Amino acid sequence: MPTIAVDKNHCKGCELCVKSCPQGIISLSKEITLRGYFYALMHDPSRCLGCRICAIVCPDAAIEVNVNGTAYSLFDY
Amino acid sequence: MVAETLDELNLRERTCGIAPVGCSVLAYNYFNCDFLEAPHGRAPALATGFKRVRPDMIVFTYQGDGDLASIGMAEIVHSANRGEKFTTIFVNNAIYGMTGGQMAPTTLEGQITTTSPIGRNVQQTGQPVRVAELLSTLNTPAYIERVAVHTPQNIIGAKRAIRKAFAYQAAGTCFSLIEVLSTCPTNWGLTPDEATAWLQEKMTPYFPLGCFKSPESDEDSDGPV
Amino acid sequence: MARILMKGNEAIAEAAIRAGATNYFCYPITPQSEVAEYLVKRMPEVGGVFLQAESEIAVANMILGASCTGKRVFTSSSSPGISLMQEGLSYMAGSQLPCVVLNIVRGGPGLGGILPAQSDYFQAVKGGGHGDYRLLVLAPSTIQEAVDLTMLAFHLADKYRNPVMILGDGMIGQMMEPVEFPDSYSEPELPPKDWAATGASDRDPLIIRSLFLDPTTLEENSIILHKKYEQAKKEEIRFENYKVKPSNKVLIVSYGTMARICQTVIDDLEPEGYSVGLFRPISLFPYPEVALRKEATRKNIESVLVVEMSMGQMVEDVEKAVAGARPVNFFGRTGGIVPTPEEVKDQIKKLIKKKSRRGRPAKKRK
Repeated sequence: MPTIAVDKNHCKGCELCVKSCPQGIISLSKEITLRGYFYALMHDPSRCLGCRICAIVCPDAAIEVNVNGTAYSLFDY
Repeated sequence: MVAETLDELNLRERTCGIAPVGCSVLAYNYFNCDFLEAPHGRAPALATGFKRVRPDMIVFTYQGDGDLASIGMAEIVHSANRGEKFTTIFVNNAIYGMTGGQMAPTTLEGQITTTSPIGRNVQQTGQPVRVAELLSTLNTPAYIERVAVHTPQNIIGAKRAIRKAFAYQAAGTCFSLIEVLSTCPTNWGLTPDEATAWLQEKMTPYFPLGCFKSPESDEDSDGPV
Repeated sequence: MARILMKGNEAIAEAAIRAGATNYFCYPITPQSEVAEYLVKRMPEVGGVFLQAESEIAVANMILGASCTGKRVFTSSSSPGISLMQEGLSYMAGSQLPCVVLNIVRGGPGLGGILPAQSDYFQAVKGGGHGDYRLLVLAPSTIQEAVDLTMLAFHLADKYRNPVMILGDGMIGQMMEPVEFPDSYSEPELPPKDWAATGASDRDPLIIRSLFLDPTTLEENSIILHKKYEQAKKEEIRFENYKVKPSNKVLIVSYGTMARICQTVIDDLEPEGYSVGLFRPISLFPYPEVALRKEATRKNIESVLVVEMSMGQMVEDVEKAVAGARPVNFFGRTGGIVPTPEEVKDQIKKLIKKKSRRGRPAKKRK
């Protein structure tokens, strides 16, 4: 089952992943990071399609998508 | 995306990036290749100097619209016209970011900035500058495309164009410039999500996306991939 | 008029307007972008010209062109931008054109930093462009003084038909202090600007230029400029003494923001029994050499301490003025670091202690 890993130090809570996730299963955490941002959090991993759109739109390359074992931090040809 | 391309085309160890003044000046903190810092607007001149001496190395400039289209206009026009074989990533966010949101040459008509507080008056300050089209009128062969990074689909398209630009450089074909329409939520006074919508509604009509110039005759080739 | 709390950048901008300089050309640069952001709103109210150019090189040439009309012209920038304006300023001096340039100095060289510094003294005072010319340079240390000197600068620019620079720094630009503007701008009588290009309707055509291929004519032009600078040395010397008295053992020489900090140092040292005076040049060109020499060679003065926010630039002019009559020492921080009163106090105590050991003079600066 695909999952995502958000690098809390790089996430600045811009919510672009939240708004672009086709499944609408990413939201900002209630917990604040050392830098003062609410970081992005996957709240329903079971519905993740592994489409990597969240990783693509992330301006800080803070999301790594893990689809059956291979980790895509971004997309490559 | 640039960094990815350098890895994918295995260019990183022979690449030198050039960051001028502006938000892009801090780019050297985010790249794993050599980097030079250029005075405001002069990155294309540094790139020319560097590339002419080391044509075997990959050279790129990463510039904003204030830097490239304002103070550095002469430098980019002449570099393109000489057909310097480096790549320019031109980030167009229609505002001066680092100095706090002043009007840039690409600021849209009516757009509010700290030096156009009641909206840009084009009768006084002229129309926004379309750099991709401007440089495409030069006769010297080049690869010039305008892309955007406000939606996943556009980001993928932008990556393809950036990769093509570096492929042309690696093959020593021609000068390449990718104009990247990008948001500036901080100085536009919008949330990141609203900013992507503003870019779509306001910027893309005035700054149409697409390839404006390509060294080969057909526009859609994938370049020397 | 009532006193109002204003940021230095904005107060100077308003002072320019009050002096009738309703023509402003600029380019954004930290730490003085507020001047432009203030004037873009004010100029329409006074029917003035505001334009953000594509670069500081363009700005320098826009003010060159605009001042040929005889109207008062103003621009402002910060160190790297001022470097780009040097060619234009040299042309203006050579063509005998007035203008006022505000330099809010930041740490250098190169891209440097954005914090306050005084490391542009040489460029400002010795003439940063080519040829035998100088800028008149005035260095304020408070926002009120910046306002007063800016208004004065426009008069001097017209009187001497030469660019005048207000040499501030990031502190003067960014600080807020109460200021008061005079109800009306009063200035001594000036001759009519018959040199301005107003159209050859009832006179022969005018040429405003600095090209003189024939060397004797070019030399004559430079001699004319230098007569003006000699006149300025007689009439435009400005400085201020702070607690200078016969008992002073050390004389501090410092200008602008740094001088204010030295005033605090002097006040703090007084109760501890240290008698220290401050000589504060306000006009950096023409430099108050004679006045400085008089203060520095008072009987009880044992040494002079120059304090700057740089690696030491004005210190050379102080050494020239004192001409060996007293040892001249230097203390400075640069890069945007502003020396604290404690640091300066330590320097003075070291100087005075060193001197008191059996009266041997302090070691000459290596």
